[in-house]
Amino acid sequence: MRITAQLDETFRYAQVNFGGILKDVNLYMTPEAQIGDYVLVHVGVAISLIDEEEAHKVFQYLVEMGEVEELNTPN
Amino acid sequence: MNLQCPMPTFDFDVITVGHGSGGLLTHNLLKSGVFNLLSNPWLDQQHDGAIFEINGKVAFSADSYVISPLFFPGGNIGDLAINGTVNDLAMCGAKAKYLSLSFIIEEGLPINLFWDVLYSIKLAAEKAGVFIVTGDTKVVEKGKGDLLFINTSGIGEVHPNAEIHHQRIFADDVILISGNIAAHGIAIMSVREGLTFESSIISDTQPLNDCVIALLDHFGSDVKFLRDATRGGVASVLNEVVEMTSLGIILNQSDIPLEEEVSSACEMLGFDPLYVANEGVFITIVSKNKANDILQFLKVFPAAENAAIVGAMQLDFPKKVILKSSIGGSRLVNYLPGEQLPRIC
Amino acid sequence: MLMKYLSEYRNPALVEKLLKEIFAVTTRSWTLMEICGGQTHSLIKNGIPALLPEKINLVHGPGCPVCVTNISIIDEAVYLSRLTDMIFCSYGDMLRVPGSKESLLEAKASGADIRILYSPLEAVQLAKENPDKQVVFFAVGFETTAPANALSVVQAANLNLANFSILASHVLVPPAMEAILGDPDNKIDGFLAAGHVCTIMGLGEYFPIAEKYKCPIVVTGFEPVDLLQGILMTVIQLENGTFFVENQYARSVHPEGNVLAKHTLSKVFDIKDRVWRGIGNIPLSGFELKDAFSSFNARVKFDIPLINLPENTECISGEIMKGLKKPMDCPNFGTKCKPEFPIGAPMVSSEGACAAYYHYAWNPQLV
Repeated sequence: MRITAQLDETFRYAQVNFGGILKDVNLYMTPEAQIGDYVLVHVGVAISLIDEEEAHKVFQYLVEMGEVEELNTPN
Repeated sequence: MNLQCPMPTFDFDVITVGHGSGGLLTHNLLKSGVFNLLSNPWLDQQHDGAIFEINGKVAFSADSYVISPLFFPGGNIGDLAINGTVNDLAMCGAKAKYLSLSFIIEEGLPINLFWDVLYSIKLAAEKAGVFIVTGDTKVVEKGKGDLLFINTSGIGEVHPNAEIHHQRIFADDVILISGNIAAHGIAIMSVREGLTFESSIISDTQPLNDCVIALLDHFGSDVKFLRDATRGGVASVLNEVVEMTSLGIILNQSDIPLEEEVSSACEMLGFDPLYVANEGVFITIVSKNKANDILQFLKVFPAAENAAIVGAMQLDFPKKVILKSSIGGSRLVNYLPGEQLPRIC
Repeated sequence: MLMKYLSEYRNPALVEKLLKEIFAVTTRSWTLMEICGGQTHSLIKNGIPALLPEKINLVHGPGCPVCVTNISIIDEAVYLSRLTDMIFCSYGDMLRVPGSKESLLEAKASGADIRILYSPLEAVQLAKENPDKQVVFFAVGFETTAPANALSVVQAANLNLANFSILASHVLVPPAMEAILGDPDNKIDGFLAAGHVCTIMGLGEYFPIAEKYKCPIVVTGFEPVDLLQGILMTVIQLENGTFFVENQYARSVHPEGNVLAKHTLSKVFDIKDRVWRGIGNIPLSGFELKDAFSSFNARVKFDIPLINLPENTECISGEIMKGLKKPMDCPNFGTKCKPEFPIGAPMVSSEGACAAYYHYAWNPQLV
């Protein structure tokens, strides 16, 4: 994610990479977002930062159930 | 839009109604533009029509091109105009030979844009191995057109091995797609107003006649159906097939060839790639026992290097196209009413 | 959308394991409702209802903002779009919904300058670039979309734009949940709460609801793995007789939500009563622009004639959205009512329940 322009707080934009597509996204509501972070975007505005630890927990839950040893968890 | 062939000097910047009215201006435009660039024995006659001989069964097809914007990543309206008709003939099992080319130009079209389109037409015709033998140019007043409309019609020689009839399609026949889908529609979206995003996705417009004719050479009657997946995408073609045959179709989502970037764009815009237009992809339905051989054969051609077997005809659920999702669930793939519109959430 | 975290949440092996778990824990019949058009769409598109045990009945709530927007608001939109020197902007979804005379798409075909935009911020940009035109943005949506719509008003205010305004139709999820759970005919046992709505608003509003109606609420994402895990968590609670609020979508949802987004919302909007198409008036269930921003309120700026036409009584969208009926229970489903000629909004919106079933349900008896 690359920050391209900065006017005032309401106009803080970045270029966000959606699997190869680059789109300008407004970061006003995710001021803590930095280059390299993953964000959830809705109608051109980033609404949250993806918590990678939490993202892995879905898989952890199933590991605890003893059922996913053979799965490759995402890095 | 930076093409190699230098534009001749015209003493005008934009095309006017005078250029289409048949007088000296028209003559100058056509002579320095169209005729010179596309020169061949038929056009050079500058006759009202073209006379030629042709062998055997003939296929004839026509199409009009009204795309906006005229230029998009991967091509322009000229490429579509040639490839579209060449491909329609290929889908009839015919090798395209002679095309007509007609323009309806809106007054005010800059001559350099017209030249770029014309030059693309020349290159596309050469690549497809077809001659443009006749045509027409009209200019309408400003506001009565959309910069440029093109109509092409084409004549081709039907391959002697071709037996393409939907009545020959049976249950268990296998369905193949010739390449990655949805690129053209997304490429257009990426330059339409209000939906701009940066991507490296380009239109897949290309002639398909070489690989189709070769396919018929080798596999003849095992090829039962051919259709290119243009407006309405793969889903529309397959719905037409189940309608015509009264059979059902089962598709496997994980087998459908789709580039990741195109997939992402579709996700972002809320489009289903099965409904997005293609300009260089065809669907073929073939005998089950030859399906793998046909697949390997097709993949040798650059136009079909991403070809894949995606499903089959079936007796179950007649007149329905069913998609088995990658997670194991199933769903219908219907006709789409109207155009896809980007979603809210 | 996070591409990296998509494919993992569609992993077939994970889906299979979650389904096994669901089958293992389900002993009784339960009715679950989700209240987000995106989730409805994802469930039906992935064929999930047919994969679940028969005892689990999935019904679909009023989670499609297009579907619950009153027909009179469509008429307002069409009226505005036809004014001279007007650029009317909208999300694509709204264009096909029929008003009492025509849809926005039909107005566009007959010459109205209507633009489909991906983001309300693009409308602000349009207003900036076209000072001689009025630009109105059709600001529809739940709490997920409302902050972006609010931000567009803030941006326009910062830029001192005199030619930008919004036609607002915002709806809120928790009051709708209360209306459904409070209905004497209510059959819902557990709720999947909308992951993106809660990304903005957090979990706080749902605790009193779970408590009052003794109904477990699990905030859930959109991908197959999310939905199945959300269903599993809800069923486990139901089998155990608990009614907590749980968060399956923790990778995006924090308990407090997005504080900045909530702040922007409260700066720009008041909460008012709102009529939901097919359901009726739900108190304090919609956002309206505050008086301080009335110069950006298209209803204040333009004199829109009041159009109040009765709903087509043949449409049972209200009962469908309250989970009392399924789309296929409607006598007109697929016959008189199809996406090409819809009687009500749920058949024409790409996230409406009727449209989802019509497009994707391969066997009406199974789904």
